[in-house]
Amino acid sequence: MKKYLEILKDAAITKNPTFVQLLGMCPTLAVTTSLLNGLSMGVAVTVVLICSGTIISLLRRLIPDSVRIASYIVIISAFVTAVQLVIRAYLPAVDAALGIFIPLIVVNCIVLGRAEAFASKHTPGEAAVDGLGSGLGFTVALALVGFVREFLGSGTILGGTPLELAIPFAKPMLFFVLPAGAFVTLGFVIAAVNALRRASEKRRFEKEKKL
Amino acid sequence: MITKLLLILFTAIFIENYIFSKFYGVCPFLGVSKDPATAVGMGLAVTGVMTVSGAATWLLYRFVLVPFGLTYLDTLAFILVIAALVQALELFLKKMIPSLYRALGIYLPLITTNCAVLGAALTGISDFEGTLEHFASAVVYSFGSALGFLFAIVLFAGVRKRLESALPPKAFQGIPLALISAGLVAIAFSGFSGMRF
Repeated sequence: MKKYLEILKDAAITKNPTFVQLLGMCPTLAVTTSLLNGLSMGVAVTVVLICSGTIISLLRRLIPDSVRIASYIVIISAFVTAVQLVIRAYLPAVDAALGIFIPLIVVNCIVLGRAEAFASKHTPGEAAVDGLGSGLGFTVALALVGFVREFLGSGTILGGTPLELAIPFAKPMLFFVLPAGAFVTLGFVIAAVNALRRASEKRRFEKEKKL
Repeated sequence: MITKLLLILFTAIFIENYIFSKFYGVCPFLGVSKDPATAVGMGLAVTGVMTVSGAATWLLYRFVLVPFGLTYLDTLAFILVIAALVQALELFLKKMIPSLYRALGIYLPLITTNCAVLGAALTGISDFEGTLEHFASAVVYSFGSALGFLFAIVLFAGVRKRLESALPPKAFQGIPLALISAGLVAIAFSGFSGMRF
């Protein structure tokens, strides 16, 4: 049990796909115009990560080394197609908002990266937990960027209107919903996470020095 | 017909630039834009693969997937076509132009997972579906989008060259500063979006 918690923490926080490994930048920039879009994209990627990680781990002794990347891509795209069909059938609004970025999960470097770096070398259980962890880390990152952009750009949280209630006469800044705002917001969010990580590392270093 | 194709080309390069307005291919864009020379190499390789894959996937969709009612397999079929094309390009360059192969070496396999290539193929079949006349539009669209990618990555490599000598706060070093600069370039590109024909 402890081993699984370790894998989960490692995948979600220590090796956070977005903030630490800087993978999967395209969806992070493109679908984060609102908190809800970011969350739905995160959940879709998490499902694909868990399923493809488990299957790739089960097949890891059968797949020849020379064609492994092609095999991973086929397995991943099968699950992406399944997720896409489910979303299209039951959540048409999400399908419209995320659009082409659902099929593009196939070429998301996080999914292929975890397949190559983790799932192909570990047991199915561990691979599923790693997929869950990476997916959660990615979802939190997307939700954070989506929250900032939606709050500053549209003045809402999950579609409500709290900005104008909190600060009278405050007007949302359209810039943050536009493509340029995506780059700038993500830059500042990653810088803030860097600053926090540096601060916590410094604290740990000083603690160790005292001992 | 010619005017229409030119409009598609211009729109794909400037107004709907893949990097700065649609966010396709941002990973290789951030990864390879540190040096102008490699940026040109990567951009050219992507241009070649994207144009050919745009044509191949359109034909595959129209003449295989649609007649057999397999359109829901488009993502899976297209990624296989793209992976095969990249492999073929790799073999071709290795045999015919070894100097270019050595220069591009590590970037070639990366093209398979460049979402710009799959993105162009999927947009090509949804925006230009139907008769063979649309085939030309789809190919020009893929080519123009790839040129837009090349343009963006080379332009931004120049910007990043200048950023090397900048001294930002420690937390902003590297990717955060690059992202914010990309945001400023994107503001310039958003000027094109006012142009409608």
